Amino acid sequence: MNSFWLIFWSVSYLLVLFFVANWAEQRSVKGRSLVSNSYVYALSLAVYCTAWTFYGSVGRAAESGVDFISVFIGPTITMPLWWVIFRKIIRICQVQRITNIADFVSARYGKSQSLGVIATILCVVGTIPYISIQLKAISSGFSILTTTNDASNSLWLDKAFYISIVLTIFTILFGARKLDANERHEGMVAAIAFESLFKLFAFLAVGVFVTFIVFDGFDDIFQQASKVIDLHQIFTIKEQKTSDWFWYCLLASLAIMFLPRQFQVTVVENVNENHLRKALWIFPLYLLVINIFVVPIALGGKILLGTAVKADQFVLSIPLHFNEKALAFVAYLGGFAASTSMIIVECTALTVMLTNNLVMPWLVSRTDFQRRFGGDMGQVVITLRRLFIVLLMVGSYLYYKNVSDKYSLVSVGMVSFAAVAQFAPVVLGGIFWKRGSLVGAVGGLLVGGGVWFYTLIIPSMVSAGYMSPDMLSKGPWGMDLLRPESLLGITGLDNISHGTFWSLLLNLLFYVGGSLLSQPTALEHNQAVLFVDVFKYSKTYESAVAWKGKALVTDIKSLLTIFFGKSHTEETLQLYAKQNKLDLNTRYADSQVVNYAEKMLGGAIGAASARILVSSVAKEEQISVEEVIDILKTSQELKTLNEELTRKSEELEQLTQQLKQANELLKIADIQKDDFLSTVTHEIRTPLTSIRALSEIVHDNPDMEEDQRSHFVNTITKESERLTRLINQVLALERFETGKQELDIDEFLMEDIIEESLEALDQLAKEKNIKIEVTYEGIYGPIRADRDRLIQVIINLVSNAIKFCPADTGKIQINTLQTEASLSFSISDNGQGIDNKYQELIFEKFYQTRDQSVRKPKGSGLGLAICKKIIELHQGTIQVESELGKGSVFTCEIPLGKN
Amino acid sequence: MTGMKILIVDDEPNILMSLEFLMKKEGHKVFIARDGAEAFDIIEANIPDIVLLDIMMPKVDGYQVCEFIKKHDSYKHAKVVFMSAKSKEADMAKGLELGASLYVPKPFSTRDLMAKVNGLIREISGAAA
Repeated sequence: MNSFWLIFWSVSYLLVLFFVANWAEQRSVKGRSLVSNSYVYALSLAVYCTAWTFYGSVGRAAESGVDFISVFIGPTITMPLWWVIFRKIIRICQVQRITNIADFVSARYGKSQSLGVIATILCVVGTIPYISIQLKAISSGFSILTTTNDASNSLWLDKAFYISIVLTIFTILFGARKLDANERHEGMVAAIAFESLFKLFAFLAVGVFVTFIVFDGFDDIFQQASKVIDLHQIFTIKEQKTSDWFWYCLLASLAIMFLPRQFQVTVVENVNENHLRKALWIFPLYLLVINIFVVPIALGGKILLGTAVKADQFVLSIPLHFNEKALAFVAYLGGFAASTSMIIVECTALTVMLTNNLVMPWLVSRTDFQRRFGGDMGQVVITLRRLFIVLLMVGSYLYYKNVSDKYSLVSVGMVSFAAVAQFAPVVLGGIFWKRGSLVGAVGGLLVGGGVWFYTLIIPSMVSAGYMSPDMLSKGPWGMDLLRPESLLGITGLDNISHGTFWSLLLNLLFYVGGSLLSQPTALEHNQAVLFVDVFKYSKTYESAVAWKGKALVTDIKSLLTIFFGKSHTEETLQLYAKQNKLDLNTRYADSQVVNYAEKMLGGAIGAASARILVSSVAKEEQISVEEVIDILKTSQELKTLNEELTRKSEELEQLTQQLKQANELLKIADIQKDDFLSTVTHEIRTPLTSIRALSEIVHDNPDMEEDQRSHFVNTITKESERLTRLINQVLALERFETGKQELDIDEFLMEDIIEESLEALDQLAKEKNIKIEVTYEGIYGPIRADRDRLIQVIINLVSNAIKFCPADTGKIQINTLQTEASLSFSISDNGQGIDNKYQELIFEKFYQTRDQSVRKPKGSGLGLAICKKIIELHQGTIQVESELGKGSVFTCEIPLGKN
Repeated sequence: MTGMKILIVDDEPNILMSLEFLMKKEGHKVFIARDGAEAFDIIEANIPDIVLLDIMMPKVDGYQVCEFIKKHDSYKHAKVVFMSAKSKEADMAKGLELGASLYVPKPFSTRDLMAKVNGLIREISGAAA
């Protein structure tokens, strides 16, 4: 293929990408943002799969079998932890407006400028090799397709140089076009998601071609490969390599969290914490799918091409071997996509880091900077970023030319992984361990970074010829124990595992040790609390200000205007003031506004620079950690207090309601008691009246007729009995109601007590000539209940029935049904019956149907109430069924076997 | 002082029995009603001079009977004596407001009651004279 056309199509692809990004930004403006889609987010994470995955995995698989998969297994295994780790990091970054990992570390440890610098340098130094292998991949792909030899040492003839220039321009277009306070690039994310789909498609295309067209499926490939190479040898994890597996997995799972570009897409570009949920399974799935054909392609390449071609290039070489130029071109574009996405995001993240942490703190602390740059600081920042992109690309290009070319893609990539893995202690410690301090963080990063450089970069410099080989074989100054590839004489680990082990171990030791031995400052402690307890404070943070000082509103405004322009500044401040009900027309700015301004600036130029800038316009008073915590706590407490108060007042309202109800009930009870008393009084006075009147008459009239006298005296006796009965019943009822009356449980036969009751009523029944019939059904046997009370109930119900039955034609039926579980007995009569509306009321005390048109024989008015109480004490029920003129049925049912 | 028409209204037969005995012994003409409704008929038919009236009765209570008497010109002159187990001030006041001459709480002394009734009879005779 002609070089010109290949360059033409590569640029065209980038233009398509640019079009996608632009389109996404247009949509976003119209409110139909693509990045609000969780799939786009999940796909953007696949920026993890670079040229390393696209070309390098195959190369690694051809050389050493299944090793390559460790960098995918690591992230897949640890992915579930993301919900704990990244949800927290995302929240912290949103609340604190943090836009890159160096800023994150700097902000966590007291907004330290020096820590930001260290972190930035570590990121840049660690990532440059990684970018360089992307350039290497593109340019070697280019060479293969154009079948030219890339041995030219002249810069002007080197394609990689031109590729770097094109990529630099596009990275600037994607990542450094405008200054924004939250550093989000919707267009870039959409483009990355598109690239992820495209590289997956291209790789699968090659995989399907090799597996199913060149060969006859997976079986065939393995069959044929077994004749050429020792498959068993390649696909067995050797005993001595198991620890390497561990270190590779660990390295990959840490790198995927802390690589600047991963931090960019996972955290900074995240618009919704819940997108993580989908990413947690989509992303590992993506990794699985893109790795399916790695081994078949590697084996196919070995079979077809042997050792004539570098295994890193099988993806392109195999299609070319069969003269499938179109497929080779698609594969090339896939690799191009994998590389460009990495370069664009990585450079964007790194330049933000560089400007915010290296240049801006220095620039803004210079007193003359505002005068010098006037109101166009935003442009200065953008220009700086573009400059840094150029520098990064130049650096990467140089590294590629001098170092990467001599190593495989994977081994260079792993060196970068080991560099960013150094962030693990400070970041993870930073979000879970409040004690973690600046001294520890600086110590950990410096020592970890230093050991990384010593164990992993020095050896590559040796092989690039910058150092004497003695360094590796004899150690510095001949000190054997310090040999970079086997510190303290450790052997048996490959160089990556070795470097990772030592750097992480010492990093962790210094971080923990430094943290424990040092005393954190107020600001450090403040930030530690805000980070570790982010879920507790994130809502109150905006209003709770860790700032005490005075700043003129005009100063704050002019400061923001420098970076964001007049209209944007005005709009944002007005909106914030409105949302928080603040007044901007005062002379001095509210501390909330000052804090908000600092965060806005922090988003654009980093926490440390923002702090310096705001300090320059505000007279800050030293704020102690107690005060900060107090402010946070107060707003937290106020919120809780408010909730508490609302709840209390609701409770109070409920309580008032309950009291009202209780009062109503009491009133009713009081009325009932009054009623009861006056009824009892009335019921007692009535027989008393008769007794007194009759006795006086008998006394005053000695000459009255004998018949009449004896009738009067008899009546006196009967009324006395009535009075006695009444008093007894009132007392009995009172005992039942107050619970003083307990049941006297006994064992007896139902037949016996019915017979006994009827004997007592015999006289009464005979007087009215009423027939009483008894039937028994169910089982025969003793029951356990209060014998005397049940007799009382039966006598009461039967005597009522007798009272209401017509003389001579009256008929009373007593039916009992006894089962294992219960006893029921009913007393039916053919008396006058009870109107429906009274059927409930008759069981209430003194409810004698007074206003009924039919005159009733008099009773105490307490009989049924007492029956009901007795049955209820037996856990039973009493009911009445009745129809006027047809008689009534009283049915009692009590459960058995309980007592 | 004799020959008064006296109506006794009470739902308690033993009280009716004793009062009937007492009034008859004094030589009055005695009518008996066991509730308010019966009382209405007797009042209309016989126009009693004195009515001994219980308050708590089924259907029509004593208050209603009193109102009935005092409403009609033809028998509003009848003297009403309330006899009741209700002994609260309010009950008494209500009875007297309705135009009753006396309020005798139960249980009462028959001697006292007779003295009061005799007093009323004297009033009636005096007014007539």
